[in-house]
Amino acid sequence: MATLAQVELNLEQPAKGLPVIKVEDVHKYYALGETKVHALRGVDLTIEPGEFVAIMGSSGSGKSTFMNMLGCLDKPSSGRYILEGMDVSSLDKKQLAGIRNRKLGFVFQGFNLLSRTTALENVELPTLYAQMEKEKRTARAKEVLELVGLGERMDHFPSQLSGGQQQRVAIARGLVNRPAILLADEPTGNLDSRTSVEIMQIFQDLNDNGLTIVLVTHEPDIAQFAKRMVVFRDGKIRHDDPVRNRPKAAEVLKSLPTVDED
Amino acid sequence: MDFLAILRIAIRALTRNKMRSLLTMLGIVIGVGAVIATVGLGQGAQEQVQNQIASMGTNLLFISSGSINKGGIRLGGGATKTLVDDDMKAILQQVPTVSEAAPGAGSTVQIVSDNQNWSTRITGTEPQYFDIRNWDFDRGANFTMDDVTRSDNVVVLGATVQQNLFGSTDPVGKTVRIGNLPFQVVGVLQAKGQSGLGQDQDDGVFVPITTLQKKITGQDWLQYIMASATSQPASYAAQDQITALLRDRHRIRSGEDDDFSVRNLADVAQLADESSKVMTLLLASIAGVSLIVGGIGIMNIMLVSVTERTREIGIRIAIGATESDVLRQFLSESVVLSMAGGILGILFGIASSMTITKVLGWSILISPVAVGAAVVFSTAVGIFFGFYPARKAALLDPIEALRFE
Repeated sequence: MATLAQVELNLEQPAKGLPVIKVEDVHKYYALGETKVHALRGVDLTIEPGEFVAIMGSSGSGKSTFMNMLGCLDKPSSGRYILEGMDVSSLDKKQLAGIRNRKLGFVFQGFNLLSRTTALENVELPTLYAQMEKEKRTARAKEVLELVGLGERMDHFPSQLSGGQQQRVAIARGLVNRPAILLADEPTGNLDSRTSVEIMQIFQDLNDNGLTIVLVTHEPDIAQFAKRMVVFRDGKIRHDDPVRNRPKAAEVLKSLPTVDED
Repeated sequence: MDFLAILRIAIRALTRNKMRSLLTMLGIVIGVGAVIATVGLGQGAQEQVQNQIASMGTNLLFISSGSINKGGIRLGGGATKTLVDDDMKAILQQVPTVSEAAPGAGSTVQIVSDNQNWSTRITGTEPQYFDIRNWDFDRGANFTMDDVTRSDNVVVLGATVQQNLFGSTDPVGKTVRIGNLPFQVVGVLQAKGQSGLGQDQDDGVFVPITTLQKKITGQDWLQYIMASATSQPASYAAQDQITALLRDRHRIRSGEDDDFSVRNLADVAQLADESSKVMTLLLASIAGVSLIVGGIGIMNIMLVSVTERTREIGIRIAIGATESDVLRQFLSESVVLSMAGGILGILFGIASSMTITKVLGWSILISPVAVGAAVVFSTAVGIFFGFYPARKAALLDPIEALRFE
């Protein structure tokens, strides 16, 4: 696996002094038939550049709703969401698509790669919507694939890759447009424990290079690799603490029994 | 996203389900093929009619002696003896839109060669007759104006007559008998085939008008005059001018019937043209219906495709595809389907036209206009029927779409 020392991650530095994310008194209601669901009940959260935040909570706690909102897939019913100094709660659909494309990187639980499309093409996908020239697109995609250690498997289809490798392709796809923040929704939910730690190692490496990461998980083992843990319950933030005794994923890996991936 | 990238994605998505794409295309292939073939058929028929009319002569005006009114009893066409050679000369001199004119009178005769005989029409005329009728000589030559002046016994044979009297031997220079008179064969006409009315135009012989009048029928009036107008538009003016001139020459007072009739073949041509155009349009619109059915097939498959690929659409939207990106992606798939179907349909249409031509012997004209219209129309079908499914895809909620199993 190529390490981050070999490939430099070219992050576009956010404006100095501004938080990457600033959420102010956000509420979200859903009309579910007759009943009205109050999914978020006044959430305030500030995430500074270079943070690695784990969001935890049981199902129904509002963490998924919050994540969709951070990902600009959903809009708050009230309150403000400021991303890199820009109030995105007032943007229209087309502008939001641009924000998702350029400012945000997504990693999902189910990998969500396009089947019958090579790893390289999957990673290129966001650049396609960013109006980039073909050579630049391919160069960028190759760069991030090498970054996640898949330089040798660019022409493989998702079905020819293991779960961990697929998730690494997904991470590369999330990084290809050099986002301000990487949003990962249960990225280890479908992976065995060793592969999960490998993914967390990538996240830690990326974070050490300055990438801001928000990770949603319900596994405390996984959350402990982050720097800060935010716990949701009943649509509100219940705890917001820094992680103490944070383990290094690389060291945890050494203590785990090795499994042949191929 | 640039156009080529969209096109590549669309083609890849379609080749993923080859059988399905081909079957969906089939509707358009048959629709376009049917349009091409039927329009080709219609235009072929149209051209055939045009050719038949042109074979009668270009810009032809047919002036025949008409009916007369004798004490309330109206006799049929050709009953008057008032149309004479001087009328023809007057037309040639005084009607500027007429370029050529030839007199005509005829009868039916028995014509005899050495050992064969044949009953046929005999027409007395002048040499320019063949020019007016665009009729070329197969063998020998035309008789001359001198022959007309001298009332020579010379004859030009139609192809059918030459076939029946001489078979494959060359009749030029030989002598045939018409009535009791010997005639020298000077030329044989090229076969012209049936007229628009089904009459065999080649079954006839031609002699100088004076010979016919003096030696065969003994009548010195004309049955008709054939005139050629300078152009097709001019033929209408010529028609009016000839009518006015002949009414004056025949001293017909206003309010009285003409004792002649002037027919313009452009009228006949136009009528035939219009009727075959209507037929073409009718056939093409029936074929067009199948194109619409093909379009509905595309819409159906695109709707299935959108449902199947809900998750893919969710991913694309999540990573930054705008509504118009998704719309264009699915629209381009349906347009590629329908355009490919259109192109295959053109080939299919041309192939089936050629088969019809070969098997049934109908003439078919593949017009570039019909081909162009087929491409445009099939593309329009793709856009029209692809729009609803594509819009449905573009308006998907990404959160729901990503959860879709």
